[in-house]
Amino acid sequence: MMPDARPVGGPILTRPFRVLLALFSIAAVLIVFRLATGLGRITAMNDGYPWGLWIAFDVVTGTALACGGYAVALLVYVLNKGRYHPLVRPAVLTSALGYTLAGVGVALDIGRWWNIWRVPLFVWRWNLNSVLLEVALCIMAYTFVLWIELSPAFLERAERTSVAWLKRVAARTRPMIEKALLWVIALGILLPTMHQSSLGALMLIAGPRLHPLWNTGWLPLLFLLSCTAMGYAVVVFEATLSSWLFRREPERRMLADLSQAIVPLGTAYVALRLLDIAGRGQLPALFAFDLYSVMTLVELALVVAAVGLLLGDARRQRLGNLFRAAMLFMLAGSVYRFDTYLVAFRPGAHWSYFPSVGEILVTVGLVAGELMAFVLIVKLFPILTLEKRHAAYHH
Amino acid sequence: MPISRRTALKVVLGGAAAAVATPVTASTPIAAPADAVGLLYDTTKCIGCKACVSACREANGLEPDTTWSEGRYHAPLDLSARAKTVVKLYDDGARSSFVKAQCMHCLDPACANACMLGAFKKREYGIVSYDVTYCIGCRYCEVACPYGVPKFEWAKAAPRMVKCELCNHRLAQGRQPACTEVCPRQAVIFGRREDLLREARSRLAAYPNIYVQKIYGETDGGGTQCLYISHVPFDKIGLPALGEESTASLQRTIQHSIYKGFAAPVALYGLLGAVMLRNRRGGGEPS
Repeated sequence: MMPDARPVGGPILTRPFRVLLALFSIAAVLIVFRLATGLGRITAMNDGYPWGLWIAFDVVTGTALACGGYAVALLVYVLNKGRYHPLVRPAVLTSALGYTLAGVGVALDIGRWWNIWRVPLFVWRWNLNSVLLEVALCIMAYTFVLWIELSPAFLERAERTSVAWLKRVAARTRPMIEKALLWVIALGILLPTMHQSSLGALMLIAGPRLHPLWNTGWLPLLFLLSCTAMGYAVVVFEATLSSWLFRREPERRMLADLSQAIVPLGTAYVALRLLDIAGRGQLPALFAFDLYSVMTLVELALVVAAVGLLLGDARRQRLGNLFRAAMLFMLAGSVYRFDTYLVAFRPGAHWSYFPSVGEILVTVGLVAGELMAFVLIVKLFPILTLEKRHAAYHH
Repeated sequence: MPISRRTALKVVLGGAAAAVATPVTASTPIAAPADAVGLLYDTTKCIGCKACVSACREANGLEPDTTWSEGRYHAPLDLSARAKTVVKLYDDGARSSFVKAQCMHCLDPACANACMLGAFKKREYGIVSYDVTYCIGCRYCEVACPYGVPKFEWAKAAPRMVKCELCNHRLAQGRQPACTEVCPRQAVIFGRREDLLREARSRLAAYPNIYVQKIYGETDGGGTQCLYISHVPFDKIGLPALGEESTASLQRTIQHSIYKGFAAPVALYGLLGAVMLRNRRGGGEPS
């Protein structure tokens, strides 16, 4: 029988938490300013680069880094690897928070944010040619699905409160949700498969303005492969970090086995990338050693380095190695997304973009908010299944 | 264990591969609407007076862009939320040419393909027009347009997208667009697309030594309703080489192959559910 998830407990308002709170407060002020004055004053975006840091990071990279829930669900429920079950809740929590952050990022980025509700509700106006519509609907639905997947954790906690009515409601709701959970989780695998690949397809519409090293019909599959591997990387990263932060014994064996998944996914990504570039006759562009060629080579080198660190069981047994490999792959996938959305996009020589201080502070503040929420939730609710450090010595 | 890891892997990868790797077939080109109207711009006739730029601003009630005239008059350098048309100069020392930029009114517009709720859409006369009710300001149209035409009101808290709508408010009153009405040299003229193509062809034939023997927009980027003829190569005056397929067609073909009838997602969902159900009944591997 596997050990149960438990609230970590401990004080909330620690010093790091206060730092995060301060960063989040700065962002909150800037957000009010942005909503009051529009996008021009606070961001560096322009008519050449209509999408900037908020889309490239908060949404495109952020949701890929939030693929832990997707990647682990695939492993546990589809590939039937029940022993990874303790990783499900923390992964789903990270995903739920990541997707919620993406939702906030989108709401800030769109000019007419008060109209956002029209996108899911004006069904008769849906443009089925719009890849962005599919992405938007999928992300909205998936965020909802993730919180439902996570809801048993909150309900379990509610059942232990002293408030009688809350107890009753929780006790009645939880079995219902758990019964339907399988079909919810299936949706939780289907939706990311759809929108993570479509996030790649999204930039295809830029046509010749997207640099040929990135402009390929294989973008959807490349995005899907890399986001899945990023999902496993994030789970390794987050589990290692949690064990350090909360002074618990990490699930060494489990993380070592899990990290293996990055090897075939990363290899497939690199192979497909190279075959596609060669097949379209773009090898000269790959070795032109201009900005585009260097960025592509960096993307590929980061994946190769991450995969290299994970080859062989001995290497995977070392936690530091796992942690480094996870970070390298997270970085590789992030650079690939930044490149596809910003570097490879060429609106013309007279346009330039670098995120403004305001844009960066808002993104930093939102990530701080996400971390605060994570710490708060794992301390108060049964998410993590980490054994106390002293107990581990008896194994 | 009722279902092996291998089988499950095949199911998932197979489903994903089938979904993503559907072969891409060329899409059929989109024909011009029967009532298509447009502009024909002739670089050899334009003297760069910019009367069209001023007339456009007035007819569309746009604020003047006085950034480059020390606050005196409307002098936009490029298309913007305050300029639906602009006249630019190309000069390489040996040859020079003016060029007027505005929305091309594509036959298969990338902006309209991109737009989630169809705020940008081809409406009467094939004019790509804007309905702010359905716009959320996502700016995907700006990412999509190969000509960089739609512009966003960055300075406003309640921004709209701005671009030439071929003065459809004037057409409704039986008048022609402001730019063609004021042009003193008929460098830009308004008409039915077919008539404009015929006129362009006759000019190319009459002066074969002057004109580049091509009508830009006849087939470029899937065809446009605003057409150009020129004495300098088109890429020099900001008209990109796009090929005969619209820039939206590759994405649309991939997307429609994957999501045809929404069958693949539904099938994948059923499959995932079935696999998971079997896994649960079988108890899975011991943990």
